[in-house]
Amino acid sequence: MKFTKQTKRDLYTCVMVILFYVVIQVLDKAGVLSFHIKGLLVPLCYYSIAAVALNLVVGILGDLSLGHAGFMCVGAFSASLFSVAVKESGMPAGLRFLTALIIGTLMAALFGFLIGIPVLRLNGDYLAIVTLAFGEIIKNFLAAVYLGYDEEGLHVAFKSFQLKGEGKMLINGAMGIQGTPTDSTFTISIVILLLALFAIQNLVNSRAGRAIMAIRDNRIAAEAVGINITKYKMLAFTVSAAIAGTAGVLFSHNTSTLTASSTYFGYNVSILILVYVVLGGIGNIRGSIIATAILYILPELLRGLNSYRMLIYSIVLIVIMLINWAPAAIAFRERYGIRAFIGRKRENSGKEVS
Amino acid sequence: MLNFLTYFVNGISLGSIYAIIALGYTMVYGIAKMLNFAHGDVIMIGSYIIYTSMVTWGLDPLLSIVIAAAGCTVLGIVTEKVAYKPLRGAASSLAVLITAIGVSYLLQNLALLIFTANPKSFSSVVSWDGISLAGGELKIQGVTIITIITSLIVLLALQTFIKKTKQGQAMVAVSEDKGAAALMGINVNKTISLTFAIGSGLAAIAGALLCSAYPNLTPYTGAMPGIKAFVAAVLGGIGSIPGAMIGGLLLGIIESLSKRYISTQLSDAIVFSILIIVLLVRPTGLLGKKVQEKV
Repeated sequence: MKFTKQTKRDLYTCVMVILFYVVIQVLDKAGVLSFHIKGLLVPLCYYSIAAVALNLVVGILGDLSLGHAGFMCVGAFSASLFSVAVKESGMPAGLRFLTALIIGTLMAALFGFLIGIPVLRLNGDYLAIVTLAFGEIIKNFLAAVYLGYDEEGLHVAFKSFQLKGEGKMLINGAMGIQGTPTDSTFTISIVILLLALFAIQNLVNSRAGRAIMAIRDNRIAAEAVGINITKYKMLAFTVSAAIAGTAGVLFSHNTSTLTASSTYFGYNVSILILVYVVLGGIGNIRGSIIATAILYILPELLRGLNSYRMLIYSIVLIVIMLINWAPAAIAFRERYGIRAFIGRKRENSGKEVS
Repeated sequence: MLNFLTYFVNGISLGSIYAIIALGYTMVYGIAKMLNFAHGDVIMIGSYIIYTSMVTWGLDPLLSIVIAAAGCTVLGIVTEKVAYKPLRGAASSLAVLITAIGVSYLLQNLALLIFTANPKSFSSVVSWDGISLAGGELKIQGVTIITIITSLIVLLALQTFIKKTKQGQAMVAVSEDKGAAALMGINVNKTISLTFAIGSGLAAIAGALLCSAYPNLTPYTGAMPGIKAFVAAVLGGIGSIPGAMIGGLLLGIIESLSKRYISTQLSDAIVFSILIIVLLVRPTGLLGKKVQEKV
């Protein structure tokens, strides 16, 4: 069997993830990993998944979304709601978590689709700010809603209320959802990361993926050769939202308390994921995973650096953008034949066609 | 009724603050065609400068505002030169937006290192108690009145500057067509720097008013008002100065009234819904000009 260069590159990415998993398992068996480090593994996976999902929109589709934390929030809440509701019904834990994952992913996909309809008509800055707005609306809405059931049925309100007789509060306003079963394990998270990688790499290398990249490089030219802009933009955005939703499910099933607070689902989280994507290389799927791993684990290991961590991130973010995108820097690189520092390979895409 | 009036007046005051911030946004967007994500954080830096000079050095409030305005002006020019100018003409408009996010992060974390995350209680720059109407039932705070007056003065001054001075006309020319403006002998780089300077100076004034009305200063104080002011700028029509004023006032009133009558937690969601509706129904805003996309 012969592989193309791209397939090989994709396989290396998967092998890299599997190797990472094996190394961690070996270290765990040897008893080297502290409890603290083990607690970081699942978050590392869901942030990687979110970063890969965001890279599909930012790198492959070429639109900036600042609302991916909102899709994580949708996935997290819908899946947690399901898990809490069926917790006492005797459903086997494996099946319950699988269903929760599917529900979270589908709900996020649905929201991605619905939000995509208006959002994808916009361009550039407007698109970024509207996705941010949607993310904040989702978060604020879920932080304000109360949902519970009792003898009289299901109640939804924006004020705290009393349940009559037998019943349970499912979403308790700003207190969120309590008692989500902690089903997320490192193994499951790695499997889902691999699945997400598989889905995205296949999409990117397909006919649809090439259409999406054509839209990114020149929307008008793509339209002229008959590519259905709306369809492919929606496809990329919905898939990205769905995968971000899966990351959200892993998030919500990692701890038993889930609240829609700014710390977890605010636009700052979307920006943090964007930092992972940009530092890993816009459009470079493998880079997103590596950047997330380094940026997430390293500061936790170097506790002393922690107060400087975000400062360093921000400086690195600015410097990388300047080196990679400034016309003067591009001209300098072209003259001396230096490859872009980090980022997708741009064959002539930086040049204006005149 | 009095209750409604109180919230309405508070809304106008909040809206005036949004309007001053939105003026900075709209000018920078009109000229540099970039969303300066860090604008809200310039407000925060300005507020910290005022806090330091008033509380630590014990200076006069007015003098503090002047120092802050000068500091923010320098900050605005420096960030433009270092972070945004090299990216002018970059292939992707995402580049400068992400860089602006980076600058926003940088300012927040600098403030976090210098001033820590503990909220500072900001003492109001306005020492006037305000007036009571309707036999003392309707109280309007001094800071509310000063805010509204300040924003009107700023608006008039800015309009006059743009309409009547050479520099102002140069700004209009650059925002219309950079190349043609350069051919007419306008120094484009200098004009863009001037725009950033004015926008950032206004941010310092907005910071003083914002923190006098809501005296709780943290490194994240500026972020949310910054984003809402952008919503205001879009609502009024980006690039339009009276539009920014109207958008700001409308947004402030809507936010204040929805806090009172609908829900405190949902007020932000309502504000953002307005942004979405405006962009879908009338993408150029209330007073914006329609721009045809060219191939």
